[in-house]
Amino acid sequence: MQIYLPIAELPISVLMVLGLSGAVGFISGLFGVGGGFLLTPLLIFLDIPPAVAVATVAAQVAGSSMTGVLTYFRRKALDLKLGGVLVSGGIVGTVLGVAFFNAMRRLGQLELVITLSYVTLFSIIGGLMLYDAVRAMLRVRAGKPARRKRRGGMHPWWMGLPFRQRFYRSGLYCSIIPIALLAVVIGFIGAVLGVGGGFILVPALIYFFRIPPSVVVGTSLFQILVTMTGATLLHAITNQSVDIILAALLLVGGVVGAQFGGRAARNLNVESFRLLLALLILSVGLRFAIELFIPPSEPFSVVVPESAR
Amino acid sequence: MRGACLHALALLAALLALAMPARAETLIAAMSSHQIQITSNYTGSQLTVFGLVERDGRSVARGDPHDIIITVRGPRRMLLVRQKERFGPIWINRTQRRFPESPVFLLVATNRPISEMMSAETARRDRVGLANAERPAQSWFDDSSVATFRDSLVRIMQGKDLYAYQQRGVTFLSNSLFSAPIDVPATAPTGSYTVDVVLYAGGVPLARQQTNFEVIKTGAEQRLASGAYDWPWLYGLATILLALFLGWGASVVFRRD
Repeated sequence: MQIYLPIAELPISVLMVLGLSGAVGFISGLFGVGGGFLLTPLLIFLDIPPAVAVATVAAQVAGSSMTGVLTYFRRKALDLKLGGVLVSGGIVGTVLGVAFFNAMRRLGQLELVITLSYVTLFSIIGGLMLYDAVRAMLRVRAGKPARRKRRGGMHPWWMGLPFRQRFYRSGLYCSIIPIALLAVVIGFIGAVLGVGGGFILVPALIYFFRIPPSVVVGTSLFQILVTMTGATLLHAITNQSVDIILAALLLVGGVVGAQFGGRAARNLNVESFRLLLALLILSVGLRFAIELFIPPSEPFSVVVPESAR
Repeated sequence: MRGACLHALALLAALLALAMPARAETLIAAMSSHQIQITSNYTGSQLTVFGLVERDGRSVARGDPHDIIITVRGPRRMLLVRQKERFGPIWINRTQRRFPESPVFLLVATNRPISEMMSAETARRDRVGLANAERPAQSWFDDSSVATFRDSLVRIMQGKDLYAYQQRGVTFLSNSLFSAPIDVPATAPTGSYTVDVVLYAGGVPLARQQTNFEVIKTGAEQRLASGAYDWPWLYGLATILLALFLGWGASVVFRRD
């Protein structure tokens, strides 16, 4: 069954979109990532114009993170105070990121910047996480605790910077400065790559601030919900590239998938959670690296510049 | 579709009656329909070009058979062709050529291969065929590097089914009556399309006729598309509400505890 998309201007198979968004929604609910970094390249692969893909995925991510936020909120696995700090920092980062995005577009190197960032970011983050997860698993097998126990009063130096705040739900007593800086960086990357940034936020909160994964996922989804709602509205107003039919299809698949993902997350232990997320991020990085390093079979490509749309 | 064809044939007959024997050969062409309407279940469409070659007593008995070349051009946009080149260990887009005002849809249909009708030089001069249809008039401007990009443009667009060459797409139903199906894929853009029909004999153009059709969105498709442009705030808010509502709905439906 095919349906014609009014903004993307092409017909698409309904079942395929539902299946695709269901699978991405499952991953999104499982790991607390928006799933945009998976869905956007997939839609572009299906010939949907990149501008429409980025803008429509923003709407889909907002909807599926809404489901997740409600689920985690009911389970009290959502730190609103920490989320508030992340959102405010994220807004600053988004503004800077949009300025950088437009500057690169003027120079005609946007595509290269995006591919290079995907490769470096995903490879580095995925690689680090994989290394850590494998090391922890080996320690468990050797009969030692997965991680060296944290003794009371021992914490990294950045948590002791001025303006310390208590985040009760996260069990965190930490300076506001590094958290806000992290949020700025994530907002910046999110605006440039057209992704929510959950895949960076989740590991960063786990590794740098040692917040329990259950709380991290809910809080990350909250930050994604706010930024992606704003992004959808901005895209609709500035370049009219949100396809409401495609968004609705992606949402139906995405929210159902996210429900099952969120449920599966409860039955997953922390170590396998980290290993799976690491492998997922690393494979996306590799996928873009292949595009960059392997000689293309068709070196030419035809694009209709967006301004002409 | 059938009704439209009959209608076109009736129109053709009417045109026939009006046809004036001003020249040795007269060409009459008509479309089965002048409009393709995009609805929510649109997956592309097919139109038919009907035509008639009219001879009068003055026409010289030619040894060469009649040939028909139909060229359909879609809406024009700026097209950018990029080439990936090696840069250190990686492959990136380094050179690009702009092809302003290029048709996003181009179809050439003939009754037999162009190479059998005329020499390559004539085809190039008369702008016949996919590669020649959009070549600029000043051929000195077309140096070899531009030609590579132009060939790549045609090749890639052919891969996307937006450019097509149907070398036996025109069928002569009798000595003078011909028809040609025009396949418009679903990815072809909305806008107006021109259809050029040219009659050739022995590599010489004898008569030409131009007609057109348009591809438009109708019904819900049209309302949604114009809504996105006319009321972007409302459209954006509606999308967000839909997204949040579906997200909330799923969490209610799946709530177990």
